[in-house]
Amino acid sequence: MMRGFALLVALGMLAGSQLARAETAATSPEQDFKAFRKYFTDKFPKVQLDDFANGPYSMNEGLRKQWIEKEVFPPYDFALDKGKELFEKPFKNGKTFADCFENKGIGVRQNYPYFDEKTNEVITLEVAVNQCLEKNGEKPYNYMKDDMAAVTAYMAFTSRGKPFDIKIPKDNPKALEAYQKGKQYFYQRRGQFNFSCASCHVQAPGEHIRAEILAPALGIMNALPIYRSEWGGMGTTSRRLTSCNSQVRGVPLKPQDPEYRDVEYYLSYMANGIPISGPGARP
Amino acid sequence: MRIMTSIVAGAAVLMALTSAHAAETADTFKAAYEKAEAANKKAGELRNQWTTTAAALKAAKKAADEGNFDVATSQAKHAEALANASIAQTEREDKLWQNAVIR
Repeated sequence: MMRGFALLVALGMLAGSQLARAETAATSPEQDFKAFRKYFTDKFPKVQLDDFANGPYSMNEGLRKQWIEKEVFPPYDFALDKGKELFEKPFKNGKTFADCFENKGIGVRQNYPYFDEKTNEVITLEVAVNQCLEKNGEKPYNYMKDDMAAVTAYMAFTSRGKPFDIKIPKDNPKALEAYQKGKQYFYQRRGQFNFSCASCHVQAPGEHIRAEILAPALGIMNALPIYRSEWGGMGTTSRRLTSCNSQVRGVPLKPQDPEYRDVEYYLSYMANGIPISGPGARP
Repeated sequence: MRIMTSIVAGAAVLMALTSAHAAETADTFKAAYEKAEAANKKAGELRNQWTTTAAALKAAKKAADEGNFDVATSQAKHAEALANASIAQTEREDKLWQNAVIR
């Protein structure tokens, strides 16, 4: 009887501590940033901070050697050429992408996504590219690959080495809400395999999942878009997120769904200060 | 003659039973499929459908189109179970995700 009561008390205390833990989850972006950075730099003390932008290559020496050799003739080169051509080619109205972006679209990738305070939504680079096309009477690109991957690859290339500089307007609760939603999406388990983004990229970076080495969540946005050998071609951030959902047997959301934009906002903010390395190449 | 009559009667009973069974399973399938679809719709509203639910629903429909209502009903029930599991996962994770946040 006494032992049973003690067990009940212990279980109650455990449940209480879990609840207390859950209730303290509403941490600020600044607190999250510090904890996130500390977690990865403590976990991988030999990895230089900027090197987290190189994903799995920062985790495994053998893989890194292969990547360095591959970078002599990188597989994303064709996309870069095509992206430059598309970027510079005038639309039917004579304008170009340069007319839609600050600094004519050169070296600005590190500022995306940003929170648009007029529309109260997160604007990713992919969304901005399609907004530009539509504003100029052009057909928007498919978010997943091809022309979108090419143009964003070129824009990322012009920003290489520039650190992410994502801002969350302090006096805007909608921006904070978007950030918090992105955080929740990142940590919430889904799909039949019951995996969250964090299951792989927080709990197991550097570990193998079949033949692949998992990238750390810190810096995971910096190399996008990427040429992926598994895909046999280029893929955008949209392709990366939707394929992650499919891999855990979850039905993906539509590309650039507000939740995907929010998670990109969250992860890019976590990578503030780490340089853009895109376009990248991954196994 | 008596043997022949028995065979014919037996065949008639068998046919009657088979057709009654088919009619019953067609109805069972329809009911099971509707329940599965409703559960999967709810999972969709919660933005957490599973690919395996969609696959089971597709397999159920295919089997029903081929007249195999045993398989169709079984697949529909499987789809409903998967959809309900995805709903339960969403409701559970709506709170539990917070325990995984890096602090």
